[in-house]
Amino acid sequence: MTTSVTIPTGGELGATASAIPVARVRTRTRWSRRFRPRRVVLTVLAFAIAIAWVFPVYWMLNSSLLPNRTLQSFIPTFLPIGGSLDNYENVLDGGSFFSALGISLSVTLIAVFCCLLFAFLAAVAISRFRFKGRKAFVLAVLIVQMLPAEGLFIAQYKMVSSVGLLNSVIGVSIIYTAAVVPFTVWMLRGFVAGIPADLEEAAMVDGLSRTQAFMRITFPLLAPGLVASGVFAFLQAWNEFTVALVLLPAEQMHTLPLWLRGFIQASATRETDWGQVMAASTLVAVPVIVFFLIVQGRMTSGLVSGAVKG
Amino acid sequence: MTRILADDVATATPAPRASAPARRRLSVPHLLLIPAILILLVGMGYPLVWQIITSTQDFGIQQQFGKPADFVGLQNYITLATDPTMWQVVGRSLLFCFVTAALTLVVGLLLAMLMTAVGRTARLTLQISLLLAWAMPVVAAMTVWIWLFDRRRGVVNYLLDMIPGVDMNRFSWLSNPLTFFIVASIIVIWMSVPFVAFSVYAGLTQVSDEVLEAAQLDGANGAKRLRYIIMPMIRPVIMIVLLLQLIWDLRVFTQITMLQDAGSKASEFDLLGTYIYKLGAGAQDFGMASAVSIFVLALTLAISWFYVRSLLKEDEQS
Repeated sequence: MTTSVTIPTGGELGATASAIPVARVRTRTRWSRRFRPRRVVLTVLAFAIAIAWVFPVYWMLNSSLLPNRTLQSFIPTFLPIGGSLDNYENVLDGGSFFSALGISLSVTLIAVFCCLLFAFLAAVAISRFRFKGRKAFVLAVLIVQMLPAEGLFIAQYKMVSSVGLLNSVIGVSIIYTAAVVPFTVWMLRGFVAGIPADLEEAAMVDGLSRTQAFMRITFPLLAPGLVASGVFAFLQAWNEFTVALVLLPAEQMHTLPLWLRGFIQASATRETDWGQVMAASTLVAVPVIVFFLIVQGRMTSGLVSGAVKG
Repeated sequence: MTRILADDVATATPAPRASAPARRRLSVPHLLLIPAILILLVGMGYPLVWQIITSTQDFGIQQQFGKPADFVGLQNYITLATDPTMWQVVGRSLLFCFVTAALTLVVGLLLAMLMTAVGRTARLTLQISLLLAWAMPVVAAMTVWIWLFDRRRGVVNYLLDMIPGVDMNRFSWLSNPLTFFIVASIIVIWMSVPFVAFSVYAGLTQVSDEVLEAAQLDGANGAKRLRYIIMPMIRPVIMIVLLLQLIWDLRVFTQITMLQDAGSKASEFDLLGTYIYKLGAGAQDFGMASAVSIFVLALTLAISWFYVRSLLKEDEQS
């Protein structure tokens, strides 16, 4: 999947407020005093780029609040003055949103649960043990993580349909779990390895068995790692489009991304109600944005950790 | 740090069960791996093997209805290699991938350097704005961009039309392949630049001020400091970010599909992903679709090999 990364697919993600790398603000005063005009230009440029970059997100919110009549005008309305939540009401009234939400939730929750469980066990194995075949497994995980959905979805379609799981939550969940497990294993491996085995050792000296030591000492310390990995897996599965498109052709089985795409598809044949489309997009985007901000920093460092180690 | 566990588990558990040697080989870590390996075999392994086999078969619409597929060896690959449409799609995909990845990298680098050059407020504003763009789900981002580039009431045409001498009123971006891919590229760049900018910025903050000051005292001007000190230090980050970008820009199925929904589905608008989809889901030619898929997988693996290798090294160090 975008999993790839696929999920770095699309996909793509990670941590807390610390996310925004707290920059070194040690300005070289002498330097800045000498080149004052240059700094002003750069600051203005930074604000201009910030506005341009966030504009599509703003435009989504703005359009979602405006009535279709206003949007039909050839002169865009840049502020949602006189706006209302009518578009949201209309979108929610159809009921198709809640159906898609239900499908998305079931697929995602199953995938996240299985993924976390399987990946946790595997991460413990590769970071706490040295064994025959370990390297082969790590290599397999890293390679599978790179495989694009585009290169496998025909085969996955054939497999899932041959066992009668087309248009079923189970079929998609299996594929999602498999697609997200590799990155989750990799991410959790880092967390498990970050907890010193000495702690367990000490507990074992005090009389706990190895399993007890792991469950009572290491496991609680892993909670933040499990949350971060879980959120990551959630985002991957929640935003996934390609596999869902192939495995869930029936409209009543559409996940939220497919449901949202339906609005654009319909626009080919009839006039698009952009207010509603933008309200629908906002409904899909807001929970994702919130989750994303939670894990963002970890995402950056996770993907390039090999390189930035200072 | 995994000192105590580094020794083989077999020795740690003095297995009294001497009866079955095969059983003893299945130690704790192997058991822990079983669920992950099973799900990977089912979700990825089996489809991959099926695909490799099918790519050597004549698997068309008749086979969908139960006719046994004939083994045709490399015939599908030969057909592809001699098909001008396939070459156009491959060429277009690679061109799109390289151009988009390169532009993303350049813009991301410039934004990262801008972040280091401005004050706290400006930097935070820029970072928050990039974060919001990064967080947008792909499908939602696509609907917004399609609306922005709308022929008649899109803001882009409206703003461009205000420039004196430019007539962009009702300009249809999505009906010409060139402008179609320019729009696609802009959208992909918009989505991917935040990751590049944050990664490079993180790398830049690792470059120590002391070294830069020393260089300044030795007479290195800004350009020289950038070229001889900053660039070599952040080179590893840039390489990895570029690799990931190349891989991600090969898999732009969602973006292209949605742009085709709003524009045209003609074959001049296809990249590899949509091409495979049309071969498989549309023409039901699974043999050919599998062959193209294998090609895409091989291409991805070739590009990602360096990335995988660097991650493996990291694993060995831990």
